[in-house]
Amino acid sequence: MQISKSKKLEILWSLLLSRRFEEALTELCKIEGKIPGMMILCTGQEAVGAGVCAALQPEDVIITNHRSHSHLLAKGADPKALMAEIYGKRTGCNKGKSGTLHLAVPEVNAPCTTTVVGGGPPIAVGRAFAQQYREEKSVTVCFIGDGATNEGSFHEALNLASLWALPVIFVCENNLYAGAQRYEEHTKVPNIAERAAGYAMPGVVVDGNDALAVYTSACEARGRAVAGEGPTLIEYKTYRWRGHGESDLQLYQPQEEIAAWQAMCPIPKLRGDMLAQGLISVDELREMEHRIDAMVQEAIRFAEESPYPEPHEALEDVYA
Amino acid sequence: MQPLGMGQAINQALREEMRRNPDVFLAGEGIGVGIHDSPMLPTAGLLKDFGARRVKDTPVSEAAIAGLAVGAAVAGLRPVVEIMYNPFFTLASDMIVNHAAKLRYLSGGKSSFPLVVRMKTGAGFGAGCQHSHNLEAWVAHCPGLKVVMPSTPADAKGLLKSAIREPNPVVFIEDMMLYFVPGPVPAEEYQIPLGQAEIKRQGTDVTVVTWSKMLLVALKAADQMARENIELEIVDLRTLVPLDKETLLASVRKTGRLVVLHEATRTGGFAGEVAAVVMEEAFESLKAPLRRVTGPDIPVPVSPPLERFYIPSEEKLIMAVQEIL
Ligand SMILES: Cc1ncc(C[n+]2csc(CCOP(=O)(O)OP(=O)(O)O)c2C)c(N)n1
Repeated sequence: MQISKSKKLEILWSLLLSRRFEEALTELCKIEGKIPGMMILCTGQEAVGAGVCAALQPEDVIITNHRSHSHLLAKGADPKALMAEIYGKRTGCNKGKSGTLHLAVPEVNAPCTTTVVGGGPPIAVGRAFAQQYREEKSVTVCFIGDGATNEGSFHEALNLASLWALPVIFVCENNLYAGAQRYEEHTKVPNIAERAAGYAMPGVVVDGNDALAVYTSACEARGRAVAGEGPTLIEYKTYRWRGHGESDLQLYQPQEEIAAWQAMCPIPKLRGDMLAQGLISVDELREMEHRIDAMVQEAIRFAEESPYPEPHEALEDVYA
Repeated sequence: MQPLGMGQAINQALREEMRRNPDVFLAGEGIGVGIHDSPMLPTAGLLKDFGARRVKDTPVSEAAIAGLAVGAAVAGLRPVVEIMYNPFFTLASDMIVNHAAKLRYLSGGKSSFPLVVRMKTGAGFGAGCQHSHNLEAWVAHCPGLKVVMPSTPADAKGLLKSAIREPNPVVFIEDMMLYFVPGPVPAEEYQIPLGQAEIKRQGTDVTVVTWSKMLLVALKAADQMARENIELEIVDLRTLVPLDKETLLASVRKTGRLVVLHEATRTGGFAGEVAAVVMEEAFESLKAPLRRVTGPDIPVPVSPPLERFYIPSEEKLIMAVQEIL
């Protein structure tokens, strides 16, 4: 598949933005009392969000999970609104109700995010059903981890999606761990993608650190879905560099394993190829990095300067 | 006496019961190897000391964890399973509510389900409503389940030991903040029977009925009010099912005034049950309308000022007491 220069630039932008955004969060989390709650990052896995969302149209929907930053940024969410929400500020995309774990950005068709593992797939089925019902030419993407495929809800959702040929793409980011459990400690089947066979849907394994391979596979799945050919399960093999959350000491992740995956970082791979092919110059790259840096700094400044909600605002938004 | 956090006290109870009865085993997500490696946590060190046969790390599969407990219990094993956070109980609930709670009855009393489901709970750690949601009233509403919600390390240890020896399914709910509040725990062997409330502070003016983390709020409020010569009597229910009506009613008959305090949301909360019992059985002793101090009817928000607003405070309790004095 031919991938245009502008598409590659878009993917590179998403990769760098997500990385920079989360590197900043790693630092902010070290400051006592700055960021409420848990901080769950996808550092190292950004190619999945960047590649998949580059294959989507604005009208396509994503349902994401606790590890959502790169998905949302790649779908076009405003870093300022995300950062302010992560701080628990009133100007955050969810007025401080959500924090980092359940960031919902309906403005970019990310209408609901769930941190209940396995909560996403059935909702994605319903969202895709609405697309089919209204005969829209759009798809729903559901981002889940490898661990989530051991919830019953995942299996019910795949069966129903397949039975009704719904336009949904189940994107499994296999980052090798679910909490402290390594993949083979929680799942017997060697590849999550093989689970698709049980529901008579295509299941594919793709290098999740190769942003262009991610993009291509997502385009294919999207094509099938909008053509009425039903869902696809894509397993992206990747790795989380950080712990499950920022307070996780990663005692169970071998240092050599982390290093080996860091050597397969998705960013230098794409950046190197694009430089070599003359799709971007060193100067243009530096300029892109500066713009991203400024964007992240602006998001932090916005979050810092924004007010917290007033206590009674807790009572708002329960009902329509 | 040894000062321990509640997690450490629970850890002792698990160890003692596992040593005592080879049929006791544990299962749950991250209970053997977890993402946090703190000695304050309830299952710290158990995998190392008891081995993988008896300390089972499971996949992220709450329905299977709960079902494992039901099936193993009917075979006579003594499962103690963990559901990581109270909101994830929804995924396990079919096995607990429709099965653990009902199958004995459906068998005409012939089959037994001696199991314990431990769940962590509580607002105050900024994770929001999909991690913080106190659902004790849901389980208390299901005949066939016993429900324990301890407030001190010593109680937690004694109650968990009883729960593990119970012939019935027990839901045991632990507020995580209490893991980090040390309290004295007797060094010798002891148990606390389910269904016995404890008066945590004697008083004459107003009865405050509470449980779990809110005991700390009640005790602080009692200290403050004592300075104005108002003596609160604090009744810690410890177990919601069975409910120790005797202790509750005796206290209300003594003081003539009642405030029920819980962290869970208001509508359909267990305070309503406590209030109903008092109205039915001690109405004539009440000198004033009773009051409830609870979380507001909202999901627990993340932002610190919003989350603080959610959690019932000493100030709110004191205001409620003053209203009925
Ligand atoms: C129903 C439910 N059970 C348990 C948890 C706690 N939990 C949060 S993330 C996680 C691991 C999920 O692993 P995976 O699906 O592989 O996603 P990853 O975190 O690796 O991105 C667990 C157990 C939860 N949030 N929801």
